[in-house]
Amino acid sequence: MARTLKLRIWRGSDQDGALQDVTVEANSGEVVLDIIHRVQATQMGDLAVRWNCKAGKCGSCSMEINGKPRLACMTQVSAYAEDEVITITPLRAFPVIKDLVTDVSFNYKKALEVRAYEHPADLAPGEARMEQIDVERSQEFRKCIECFLCQNTCHVIRDHEENKKSFAGPRFFIRLAELDMHPLDTLRNRKQSAQEEHGLGMCNITKCCTEVCPEHIRITDNAIIPMKERVVDVKYDPLRWLGSVIRKREGIL
Amino acid sequence: MAIDTSGNGVFSEGRAKLSARTLRTDKWWLQPLITVIVLFSFIVYATLRAFENGKYFAQPLISPFYSPCLASNCVKDSPSFIGTIFGTYHIFGMTVSPSLFILIFPLAFRMTCYYYRKAYYRSFWMSPPACAVAEPHAKYTGETRAPLIIQNGHRYAFYAGLVFNVFLTIDAIGAFRNEKGQWGHMSIGTLVLLANATFLWLYSMSCHTCRHTVGGRHRNFSKHPIRYKLWTWVSILNHKHQNFAWISLFGVALADLYVRQVSGGSIRNLYFF
Repeated sequence: MARTLKLRIWRGSDQDGALQDVTVEANSGEVVLDIIHRVQATQMGDLAVRWNCKAGKCGSCSMEINGKPRLACMTQVSAYAEDEVITITPLRAFPVIKDLVTDVSFNYKKALEVRAYEHPADLAPGEARMEQIDVERSQEFRKCIECFLCQNTCHVIRDHEENKKSFAGPRFFIRLAELDMHPLDTLRNRKQSAQEEHGLGMCNITKCCTEVCPEHIRITDNAIIPMKERVVDVKYDPLRWLGSVIRKREGIL
Repeated sequence: MAIDTSGNGVFSEGRAKLSARTLRTDKWWLQPLITVIVLFSFIVYATLRAFENGKYFAQPLISPFYSPCLASNCVKDSPSFIGTIFGTYHIFGMTVSPSLFILIFPLAFRMTCYYYRKAYYRSFWMSPPACAVAEPHAKYTGETRAPLIIQNGHRYAFYAGLVFNVFLTIDAIGAFRNEKGQWGHMSIGTLVLLANATFLWLYSMSCHTCRHTVGGRHRNFSKHPIRYKLWTWVSILNHKHQNFAWISLFGVALADLYVRQVSGGSIRNLYFF
């Protein structure tokens, strides 16, 4: 059943821009990305929008719909009331390139700063063996589609541009957690670097990253808080520090 | 509304030029508002009760706000089985309530709890008030320096909380007595203290620090099968940590209120047998 949708779509560049009113037809079962494509085809031929899979797996169509960070391809039009005006804007934590497309290169720079997995020197490629229970915890983090909705909604950088220098953000905290929980990774100072180089201590665990994750990764409970506790093990807990001095090891492994 | 010219946050150079701090149309303010009302009410009630220094014991029931009662001015029969560690102190002519010697520990446990941190950072400090709603602060350093760096001591508050759970469990067991101290009886007060102790254990056992301590810190679960099993159980509880945080908070307040009413003579503690 068709309905008429009233939209406000933000259009502009990194210099200027404004919300523009649009009225468009919508069919039953359509998602917001379908509607944007219809607007693009019929009314705004030069509307810029990033998209790819239309299946919630590529993470391209991240934007803000009625102020909430979402994937446009996974947002049903039917979720909005008949008389509701739907406001569509680009991600508000990153600079605009054009219209709904933002420059998310901040995230790629942060990805480069996370030191890669280090394989045990005495294990040749193909010799590594791991138990399922040792890897399943971090498999949850591999579901990340890098839509950067968590990065966009994290108030540490969304509301404080100056923190971008020193804060990696939730997407890279799950990467750090994945590596620190890896049974074979030999790099032993990830906990310290998570705190000192990637800004884990800036996170005040208000869980917005978890709320917006389209893959339902429990970012805060399963990655950030466990990493915070691991940092306490090596940095703030005097008893564990004493244990590490006596037993010459970096926390329990 | 004019565009904020502070040039920070969502109004930074290069970001989409929008004047609103948020474009959310739902009632995003409702949850922080409820949190403020409930937590503030609890703080007011707990403070009043801690300073009341009375109506906290009615054989065999003792209020969780005063247990373990460790001061020499604890009312007759109410002191903990470990005795009175503290004497009777006076400040400005007022006797210091026995509650004030102990409440700091459960308070510290809740103040540093990962769930409550989320709750009060959002609702009291508005950092942020809700997701994708711009916070009002110009600067933000998180938990990297004093005083918030002390949140990293949560595990010690957790250990202290466990000790209190033991005392409150002993209180609940002691409530299987009658007013003359004879065993083998059960009253509504018994159920109240049992429920309180149960909720507190569930809250503590579902804690993120507990999850880390029992096994989460390991990277090789296969080498620690018992710890892995414990971690799995605590992880199940951890899913409900928020619920247990609220239920146990209400539980403590209601248990105290019940004991207060019984102690003050407003209601009778009805016995089943």
